[in-house]
Amino acid sequence: MLTCKDASRLISERQERPLGIGELWALRLHLWLCVSCRRFARQLGLLRRVLRTLLRRMETDVDGPELAPEARERIRKVLAERNAGTF
Amino acid sequence: MRDPHKAEEAVQETLLAALQARERFAGQASTRTWLIGILKHKVMDQFRREAREAPLDDPDALADDDIDTHACFAEDGHWHERLSDWGNPEKTLQTNQFWAVLQRCLDFLPARLARLFVLREVMEEETETICQELSITPTNLWTMLYRARMGLRQCLERSWVA
Repeated sequence: MLTCKDASRLISERQERPLGIGELWALRLHLWLCVSCRRFARQLGLLRRVLRTLLRRMETDVDGPELAPEARERIRKVLAERNAGTF
Repeated sequence: MRDPHKAEEAVQETLLAALQARERFAGQASTRTWLIGILKHKVMDQFRREAREAPLDDPDALADDDIDTHACFAEDGHWHERLSDWGNPEKTLQTNQFWAVLQRCLDFLPARLARLFVLREVMEEETETICQELSITPTNLWTMLYRARMGLRQCLERSWVA
């Protein structure tokens, strides 16, 4: 019988690798019996789904965080120097 | 990336690489998507450099980094506290307030764990790529991701759900 500690580890690892058939059944049984681990599993799933929207957000979100003006200026300078001739 | 100087450098290197490669950009993706692709590589470069200085597999470093996952469990292996029900907050999870809390919680994680976690979950880098590039074993990567998730989950439950 799995402990919650073992189960939580498997719940995290199944996001990384396919579980073996034994692990899968042991986890399924444990989840059936344990409210906290069911919540843990849902929370990890949620976290993954939400985080994976972040890149998409960066790609479309024009109001995202911006560079400080000084940083902009520094970068502009470096780009001009290192690209002299191509600009 | 926590250090603003390194972040600035990564942006700079990205723009530089983009300028040098602009002929190759055939407009197949949006400019942003293209730039973010380059940025991902630059961030990976940065992580690789840092991993060389302080190898991720160093057992001492691993111990240092330990989010105390044991503390979450009683001796019999059960959760110390019953986990809260987060409900189904997909919508609130997209708000700026949530992203702010998430950022704070990531900052609480040991830097190495946070880096690996972001590489895997935000940048969606494959396990094999991460292991190869940073020369760590998959088992080690899984352990570190587990710790990161445990730490993050706990922090989110405390500072956002509650």
